[in-house]
Amino acid sequence: MLNVENLVVRYGMIEAIKGITFEVKDGEIVTLIGANGAGKTTTMHAISGLIKPASGSIFLDGTDLTKVPPHTIVTRGLAQVPEGRRVFAQETVEENLTLGAFFRKDKDKIEADMDNVYTLFPRLKERRTQLAGTLSGGEQQMLAMGRALMADPKIMLLDEPSMGLSPLLVSEIFSIIEEINKKGTTVLLVEQNAKRALAIAHHAYVLETGKITLSGTGAELAKDERVQKAYLGG
Amino acid sequence: MAFLSYLINGLSLGSVYAIIALGYTMVYGIAKMLNFAHGDIMMVGAFVAFFALNSFGLPVIVSVVLSMLATTVLGVVIERLAYKPLRQATSLSVLITAIGVSYFLQNGAQLLWSSSTKVFPSIIGNGSLKLFGGQLQISYLTLVTIFVCVAVMVCLTLFINKTKTGMAMRACSEDKGAATLMGINVNSIISITFAIGSGIAALAAVLLCATYPTLSPTLGSMPGIKAFTAAVFGGIGSIPGAFLGGLLLGVIEILSKAYVSTQLSDAIVFAVLIIVLLIKPTGLLGKKLSEKV
Ligand SMILES: Nc1ncnc2c1ncn2[C@@H]1O[C@H](COP(=O)(O)OP(=O)(O)OP(=O)(O)O)[C@@H](O)[C@H]1O
Ligand SMILES: [Mg+2]
Repeated sequence: MLNVENLVVRYGMIEAIKGITFEVKDGEIVTLIGANGAGKTTTMHAISGLIKPASGSIFLDGTDLTKVPPHTIVTRGLAQVPEGRRVFAQETVEENLTLGAFFRKDKDKIEADMDNVYTLFPRLKERRTQLAGTLSGGEQQMLAMGRALMADPKIMLLDEPSMGLSPLLVSEIFSIIEEINKKGTTVLLVEQNAKRALAIAHHAYVLETGKITLSGTGAELAKDERVQKAYLGG
Repeated sequence: MAFLSYLINGLSLGSVYAIIALGYTMVYGIAKMLNFAHGDIMMVGAFVAFFALNSFGLPVIVSVVLSMLATTVLGVVIERLAYKPLRQATSLSVLITAIGVSYFLQNGAQLLWSSSTKVFPSIIGNGSLKLFGGQLQISYLTLVTIFVCVAVMVCLTLFINKTKTGMAMRACSEDKGAATLMGINVNSIISITFAIGSGIAALAAVLLCATYPTLSPTLGSMPGIKAFTAAVFGGIGSIPGAFLGGLLLGVIEILSKAYVSTQLSDAIVFAVLIIVLLIKPTGLLGKKLSEKV
């Protein structure tokens, strides 16, 4: 579904991503783990078009995303839940969800999807007329995920969805990610919470200062000594 | 009665400021830049309307529409050519560019149109509404000016709050990256914003010249600065703020001219601005982001 090939991203003189290649297969949960500053967000932004890569290709079902206008990427079935949620604080919960479906024309399906989001996140339904900026961190994370779901994506990118959440909420968010995946959405998940991420991932990659240093199934990497030392506190 | 009459004149002048300020504030709210050429775009609108009325003898409505079309196109072209390449640049470079565009328009107008003095024709006539047995006279021009301003304000508010494009504008004003992730074409939204802001500036131009009829290439500077002040006064980025700021500025200016001193009126206007900003740094309605574009 998603093929990243020899991706290089620079900020001025700094090369943040130094030629990485990885793949996300249809129906999988793939996770990219790495320390602060490894280049996880940069990779996500390159895929969703928020940063223009210096070189390399990003194929979504055969289309090179580096060659299309950034705002059309979501219309091709790729939605991103950005780092730090980035909900529209001055809009209501419902308006945020409506914005998630901004490019869509299928009114009836949009309504059905909104109902599904409210079923998945009942708390959002209770707060549908509340301004997003007044939601708690966890609720904002749910809203950001709901907003991405409103694009009816084939593949969803999540950038550190567990950041700053209580352990209980982290569990909730991870089980919802699995649920979304079981319903047929492919997932690319970036996490610092490597333990949780590896536990649900079919496939995993380790990113270190702009390079992929290890890859394997989630279970393989969870057992790997180097991963345990560096990311699992063992 | 004299006071009431000054107040109404103030509202009329303030209406012109408010319309210009709405353009300023919209562009700021979305493109996050101060378009210092905004007053000069208005000036071009004044000349286009003048030629349409005077040289081609077109009806007022047609002339106004032509003038609005001209400023709309001009605003969009300026954004594309001068500001868009600077999207990633520092705000200081953008500001300097905007000042450059302002001079470019003024000098261009000087070259093209300033060979003779031009006096804007009367468009509404000299009639007036007489109230209290003729003690209070309100000219039709004044009434039209205030009406147009209120109409512009109402239309803009409806547009921003009720349409899909308006929703996209609100999203862009908050977070352009997140807006892009929603599938919003941020460049088009910025163009639309410049189009609307510049288009309504032509309305202000015609109303201003109907009241103060001498045309010159610098006619946009002072109203431009006043409108910018009005936008800051009301809270830059806020649509109702620009409206309120514009009206208040007009009223304060006319009242100070009438009761204090003609020479000092501008100083008083700015003194009030400074006091307001000291008390509320975001302006009167600033930070009420729900109404911000
Ligand atoms: N806008 C920018 N300008 C310059 N350098 C940047 C910019 N954004 C990121 N970087 C640099 O690129 C590198 C990768 O950053 P990135 O945000 O992708 O890391 P990350 O893996 O997402 O980290 P974290 O886990 O802290 O979110 C870092 O060294 C960072 O300093
Ligand atoms: Mg990051």
